[in-house]
Amino acid sequence: MEKELRVRPIKNGTVIDHLTAGLALKVVKILGIDETIKEVVSIVMNVSSESMGKKDIVKVENRELNSDEVDKISLIAPKATINIIRDHEIVEKHRVSLPDTVEEFIECPNSKCITNTNEPIKSKFKVINEKEVKLKCEYCQRTIKGEITGYIKKP
Amino acid sequence: MKLKDKDIVSVEDLSKGDISKILETTKKIDEGDLKADMSGKVLANVFFEPSTRTRLSFETAMKRLGGDVISLNSTQASSISKGESLADTVRVLEGYSDVIVLRHPKEGAPKMASQFVEKPVINAGDGSNEHPTQTLTDLYTIWSEKGSIDGLKIAILGDLKYGRTVHSLVQPLVEYDIQLYLVSPSQLSIRRSILEDLGKKSGEVIQKASIEEIIDKLDVLYVTRIQEERFADKEEYEKVSGSYEINKELLDQADDDLIVMHPLPRIDEISPEVDGLKQSKYFDQSKNGVKIRMALLELILGDNDGKRT
Ligand SMILES: [Zn+2]
Repeated sequence: MEKELRVRPIKNGTVIDHLTAGLALKVVKILGIDETIKEVVSIVMNVSSESMGKKDIVKVENRELNSDEVDKISLIAPKATINIIRDHEIVEKHRVSLPDTVEEFIECPNSKCITNTNEPIKSKFKVINEKEVKLKCEYCQRTIKGEITGYIKKP
Repeated sequence: MKLKDKDIVSVEDLSKGDISKILETTKKIDEGDLKADMSGKVLANVFFEPSTRTRLSFETAMKRLGGDVISLNSTQASSISKGESLADTVRVLEGYSDVIVLRHPKEGAPKMASQFVEKPVINAGDGSNEHPTQTLTDLYTIWSEKGSIDGLKIAILGDLKYGRTVHSLVQPLVEYDIQLYLVSPSQLSIRRSILEDLGKKSGEVIQKASIEEIIDKLDVLYVTRIQEERFADKEEYEKVSGSYEINKELLDQADDDLIVMHPLPRIDEISPEVDGLKQSKYFDQSKNGVKIRMALLELILGDNDGKRT
């Protein structure tokens, strides 16, 4: 816990821990955290970690991540842990886990896909967890792999 | 699994057992055993882009079974849907028909349509994604000509990178115990991601640049078009397309029982001199398209689940 002291403990909010070094900024981006945010956000990068060598941590005060947001994080940081803090106590602590499907927040890269039209449907991807995480569009069957962050819709 | 009321959106949704049932039912129809009676039933042909062959093939299939057909051609379809979503259009058409056959330029459109209607939806081609009734026709042609699919040596030749026919066909084929040769110029070879998927299945997949060295081993040669627009210059195209032409001279080296298939229309990838050879099966393949569609309609709309008494 001493490493946590680099940034003061938070009273209420979410701590996203065990991010592979270099992922903090991506996590911040997919959570839609930018200059318009009102909450206090602390980003710690390259902290030494016994299990990971180096890791990143993101703390968001006064905001508890919802399950969609946790799914998003799992796609790019499968080793992350999420701690929900209320009144200085960790009330929930869990590892992220890959969902079977992700809906709505990923944009299909295929311009001819029916999900990129005005039809009343959400995008839907099957999550394929092999050596690397791949997403397969349930409609046009296009596969996304590699840099998934780029396909996440702007919140 | 019962196919009654099932959507036929993608071949991937069909189990090997489903496919066998469809092939068996098609065979019975081919032998003149017509069981299904579609009188009083209506098929809606909804084509958002023209494809006369596919549309007529569905229409013929339904009419041979005694059913009726209503059609929206591409001009009507785009005018009816002006400002209206496809989701709304299919919900309206569902009220007029028992099965909706949909062709649409957007990929995934039939899948979406199937989520908005109760009646079964058959995909008649969605962009470069799928054309399951074509794929089933191809499987039936191979199976009925050869008696089985397991054990065959099958080559697919042509544009393996962009061709939709190829992508749809290779997936179910590798579920069988076959040797699959993929023959193409290197710039048109199959995408790595598809190749990786194929590698996990029963069939053995071998890539080749030329057909000559394997022609004598083959049971099935499936030829597809190489399109000129895929090449930067005409000279390069002519060089490649010339070396992929199927003619009598090449087929002289092949087994007498080889079958030559092509999804049609062909341009010049199969020389007309091949048409008269007993190895040419592409017109039979085209005829089989009607029978496959009859079998699907029987299984989806009929009450006998393909059983004959
Ligand atoms: Zn898509």
